[in-house]
Amino acid sequence: MKSKTKSRAARNKAWELLAAGLIRAVSYSIVVVIGYIVLDIVVKGLPAVNWDFISTFPRKSGSEGGILPAIVGTAYLVAGAIVVAMPLGMASAVYLSEYASQGRFTRIIRLAIITLAGVPSIVFGLFGLGLFVIFFGFGASILSGSLTLAFMILPTIIVSSEEALRAVPQSLREGSLALGATRWQTIYRNVLPYALPGMFTGSILGVGRAAGETAPILFTVAAFYLPRLPSSVFDQVMALPYHLYVLATQLPEAEKVLPLQYGTALVLLLLVLIFNLAAIVLRNHFRKKVQW
Amino acid sequence: MLRRRPSGSFLRLFDMKSFREKIIFYVLLGAASTSCIVVLLIFLFLGKEAFPFIWDPGLMELLRTRWVPVSYSEEIFGLIPLFTGSVVVTVLATVIMIPFGVLGAIYIAEMASNLERTVLKPFVEILAGIPSVVIGFFGLVVLSPIIKEAFGLQTGLTALTGAILLALMAIPTVISISEDAIRSVPRSYKEASLALGAGRMQTIWKVVVPAALPGIIAAIMLGMGRVIGETMVVLMVTGNAARISFDPFESVRTMTATIAAEMGEVAFGSHHYQALFWVGLVLLVITFGLNVVARKALKKYQMQG
Repeated sequence: MKSKTKSRAARNKAWELLAAGLIRAVSYSIVVVIGYIVLDIVVKGLPAVNWDFISTFPRKSGSEGGILPAIVGTAYLVAGAIVVAMPLGMASAVYLSEYASQGRFTRIIRLAIITLAGVPSIVFGLFGLGLFVIFFGFGASILSGSLTLAFMILPTIIVSSEEALRAVPQSLREGSLALGATRWQTIYRNVLPYALPGMFTGSILGVGRAAGETAPILFTVAAFYLPRLPSSVFDQVMALPYHLYVLATQLPEAEKVLPLQYGTALVLLLLVLIFNLAAIVLRNHFRKKVQW
Repeated sequence: MLRRRPSGSFLRLFDMKSFREKIIFYVLLGAASTSCIVVLLIFLFLGKEAFPFIWDPGLMELLRTRWVPVSYSEEIFGLIPLFTGSVVVTVLATVIMIPFGVLGAIYIAEMASNLERTVLKPFVEILAGIPSVVIGFFGLVVLSPIIKEAFGLQTGLTALTGAILLALMAIPTVISISEDAIRSVPRSYKEASLALGAGRMQTIWKVVVPAALPGIIAAIMLGMGRVIGETMVVLMVTGNAARISFDPFESVRTMTATIAAEMGEVAFGSHHYQALFWVGLVLLVITFGLNVVARKALKKYQMQG
């Protein structure tokens, strides 16, 4: 009898260890895979990336030369998107966190934000094509592309800005209101200064996303091969993610330009990762520093 | 000498203040409404471009089983092969992402030391940040040759290749939302189970996971929403053959890849153009449904906890 319970306990213990080991192995395998992808692109991309590569124009439909216009194009697109999305997103967040009541209207706004966050990026592309390119007549241009990207990253900015605003303790607002300040004075002087770093986190994440997306810019701005810099917001531009797609799939001898593909992938990856890391570091820094 | 202000001026001053408050309120309200307006515009403009298709050639055309958008004899705009393509890739990706996403979340929430957590979480966030075109490129040059070799196939551009990469892209979503769900299971549940003599794994498996299950299911649904809407990866690695097939080792063409590949060359206003907008509408409705159901489940669940 006694030995039976003992062996059962031993078996249970073995199962426990096995299960724990399995879960640990699965979790670490995710890290290994991510590490492998990043390393593969860094190791094979580094030889191709030098000053010439990022500062010269492409030649022979991209199969030779650098990627300067793609970098500049992506910079314009991201700048345009953030100029539109940041004020809109932050203002939406202030409304939702500081003014909105629990009414039907607020529920509709929240539903819209959730919906917007789930819309596939290619559908944003179709929307941009229908509204900006055709209906407003902007054509395939920086303006159309930036606006499309802006609405795509809007929910990211709203959600994280609101989170930052809600983290500011209620007592700060109450103190200010009790001293006779108006609602906006309270928000402007007692809430926003503490929430702003967190609000910027969302915008930085949005920048990273806008820089890396391909599908929304396919029909709204991206040029296959355009070895010059844009002169107005109504120009088409090349963009890094689309350029990588073209190099990898649309050139007749894709094998030969493999170093260029890896180089472009590395530049794009670094660009996006720098923004994401900056956002993560900034967020962790302020979570640690600000303790109420 | 102190001049007395006429009382009217004081009133005006007060009005100015409340006037400014009002203006600010309406500006913020307007900003918050843009999300609603954009969602409406998305439905409106997709519908507007797709609409004429209803009369000619008619909606039944979309239910045909072949997609032959460019042809001299007869153009066919059946969405069924594109739909099954998306379904095959999504189901495969979901099967792959569930164990990794859920076990990863369990590990981060319940088992990892603080040090491990500070390493694991940024790694997952890095994965979430890698652009889809980079993942697609990696799949094209590294993963697809491996798949081709491993299974002795003619080509490595298969539904399975796409599904593996899409699972990878959805894992961060599944992990972060499942982790929240697991964390919000009350401590007392765990303590009760441990006090009764259950082991750590037993407690996780029999108490924590069932209690967090609605949240975990919502996380999986949101992951599926990401998978079904993802474009560049499937465009680059699934081979894009528009035919009805449920074999993971064959090439498939998804709805997203069809739009991306064909919209660039299509004649404005043609049947083909309208059909592509219908594909977009179908995608929009599917992802909308998945999102709304998942968020409802999450919200209900959070209220209980």
